[in-house]
Amino acid sequence: MSGAVNHQFALPVSLQWPDDAARVPYQVFLDPAMYAREQECLFRGPIWNYVALEAELPNPQDFKTSFVGDTPIVVTRDKEGGLHAFVNRCAHRGALVCRDLRGNRPTHVCVYHQWSYDLHGNLTGVPFRKGVNGAAGMPEDFQPSQHGLRQLQVATYNGLIFVSFDPQVEPLTEYLGPDIRAGLDRLFHRPVQVLGHSRQFISANWKLYAENTRDPYHASLLHLFHATFGMYRSSQGGGVALDARGRHSSMHAYRKTETEELSAYKNTDLRSYQDKYALADPTLLQGRPEFPGLMIQAIFPNLTVQQIQNTLAVRQSIPRGPEQFELVFTFFGYEDDDAEMRAIRRKQANLVGPAGLISMEDGHATEIVQQAIQCDQEATSIAIMGGREVGGEESLITETGIRGFWRYYRELLGIAGAGKVQKEHGAQENGTWTHENYASR
Amino acid sequence: MDTRELRFTVEELLHAYVRCIDSDRLEEWPEFFTDPCVYEVMPRENAEQGLPIAMMYCDSRGMLRDRVVAQRKANIYAPHGYRHLLSAVSVTGYADGAASVHANYAVYRTFFDAVHYGHSELFSVGEYRDTIVFENGVAKFREKRVLVDTARILSLLVTPL
Repeated sequence: MSGAVNHQFALPVSLQWPDDAARVPYQVFLDPAMYAREQECLFRGPIWNYVALEAELPNPQDFKTSFVGDTPIVVTRDKEGGLHAFVNRCAHRGALVCRDLRGNRPTHVCVYHQWSYDLHGNLTGVPFRKGVNGAAGMPEDFQPSQHGLRQLQVATYNGLIFVSFDPQVEPLTEYLGPDIRAGLDRLFHRPVQVLGHSRQFISANWKLYAENTRDPYHASLLHLFHATFGMYRSSQGGGVALDARGRHSSMHAYRKTETEELSAYKNTDLRSYQDKYALADPTLLQGRPEFPGLMIQAIFPNLTVQQIQNTLAVRQSIPRGPEQFELVFTFFGYEDDDAEMRAIRRKQANLVGPAGLISMEDGHATEIVQQAIQCDQEATSIAIMGGREVGGEESLITETGIRGFWRYYRELLGIAGAGKVQKEHGAQENGTWTHENYASR
Repeated sequence: MDTRELRFTVEELLHAYVRCIDSDRLEEWPEFFTDPCVYEVMPRENAEQGLPIAMMYCDSRGMLRDRVVAQRKANIYAPHGYRHLLSAVSVTGYADGAASVHANYAVYRTFFDAVHYGHSELFSVGEYRDTIVFENGVAKFREKRVLVDTARILSLLVTPL
C-alpha cells in the first residue's frame, strides 16, 4: 500500500486501530481528517463510484449532475450515444459549471464568465480570449486544451453508470465480481424505466449506512412491520456472498413465494402471533411472482441495489461532511411492464424509501449511533456475529459483510495495522490535516 | 352550494384535518377520507417529470389505517409532533359535487427524544391538491395529493402530512 508520503491528507495522529476489521474506532465516523483522507484515497482512489442509471440519460445531450464522494460531477451523453463524466468545477475560477439536477444541452457553459465546455468536458470557448480591439485578452501561451474540466473514467454494467478518478482502476466487471454481476444480471435483464426518486438526509456518517446495508442481522430485529402484522417469517433462509476483496455484499433471503406467503397470511392465524394487527388492506403486499426472495446488494462504496418483492431501486449514498449523508433512491420498473405491474410497483414503493413501512428505520438507526458516539472517539464497535473472518455465509445472522467493508476500507486508506499507523505519525510534517486546509480544499 | 358556504366548509375540513394530525389523534385520520380514496405524498421532482412513485401512496381507508398501525406498533423513529401552518386556500373548481382545492402547507417538527427534546425544525413545505366530496353531508377527501417541495426528507417521514 502507498504510505502517507504520497497522500495530501494524512491519517489523524490520534488514530489507534489495530489490525482488526471487526472492531471499528468511532473516530472514523467523526473525524474530519478521516473524511478528508477518504475523499482522496477512497472516493478518488482505485474504485468505481455509481453515479446514474443509463435510463436517466436516454437521449443525446442528456446530462445528470451527481457526486463522487463530495466532489460534484456531471455525467453526459454525447451525440453518438457515448457517456462521459467530468468534475463540475470551472477550470477558470472554480464555479459550478452545471447548476441543474438534470436536463439536455449541447454544451455546458459556466455562468460566471461563460467559459464553455463540450460534452466531454473540453474547453471550447473563452469570451474575450483575444481581447477587445486588440487590447487585453488571454496571454498568447494560453492553451484551451490544457484547461478542460477534469475528466473521469466511465464504465457501465447493464445500464448502471460508474465513474472513477483513477485511470489505472481495474475493469468494472472485475471490480464488481461474479456475485454482484449475477444479481445485476437478474435485475437488469431487460430495459428498465425510471419510476421516481426520493431523497433522505441523514445525520450520520455515510459509513454507518454502508454497514447497515451489509448487515442482515438487524433485518428482523429493527424492522418490525412484517412481525407486527403477523407475517412471521419462520421459514426465512438466505445468505451473504462477498467478492474476493470483501468490499461488496450480496444478500439474498429466500422464503416461500410471495403468493404462498400471502395466502398463508390470508388463512389467518397460522404463523401470526399478533392477529389483532392484521393488515386492513392486504393489497399492499399482493404483488406478482417476479424474482425469488429478496436481494440487497451493497456495492462499494456508495451503491445499494434492492429487490424487495416487486420494488426495484438503486440507492446512492452521498457523503455531506463527516456527520451527514444523503440517500437518493431511484425506483425503476421495466419498459414493458403492463399497467397492472406498474400499479403494483407504485403501491409497493410504500415499503421502502424515506417513508418505507419495512425499512424507514435504517436511517434512524445510523443516526442514533452518531448521537451516542460523539465523545468516545477511541472506543470501538464490535462486529463479530458469525465469527471474525471475512467470507460468504449461508446464514443471515452474520456481520461478515461489515468486516469485509472495513478490511477493504483499511486497505484503501493505508491503515495496515497499528505499526503502519505509527509510521504514518512520523510522516505528519508532510501533510498534516488542519481545519484550514480541509475547509479550503 | 353557495360559494361562501363551500369555502367555509373546505376550510373547516382542512383545519380539522391538520388539528387531528397535530394533536396526535392519528387513529381518526383515515376518517377524513372516502373509501376508496387517494392519499399521496409526492415529491414535486417526480410530479414534474410525470413519474408515478410517491413516498406514501394509499388508495383505501384500510391502507391509511395500516399506516397508522405501523407507526404506532411497528416503525421505529424519534418521537416527534407536527404543527401544520396552512395558507392560500383556494377552491379552484366545483363540479358534480366535488370541490378542487389547493392550499399551501408548512410543517414544523418538534422532537421529544432524549437527544433532541424540544428541538423544532422546518420539516416540510408544499401544497395540498385535494378533491373534496360530501358523504352523507360530511365533507371528505376523495383525493389528497401532497405535493412536496421539500424532496430532501430529514431523517424519515412517518407521521402523515
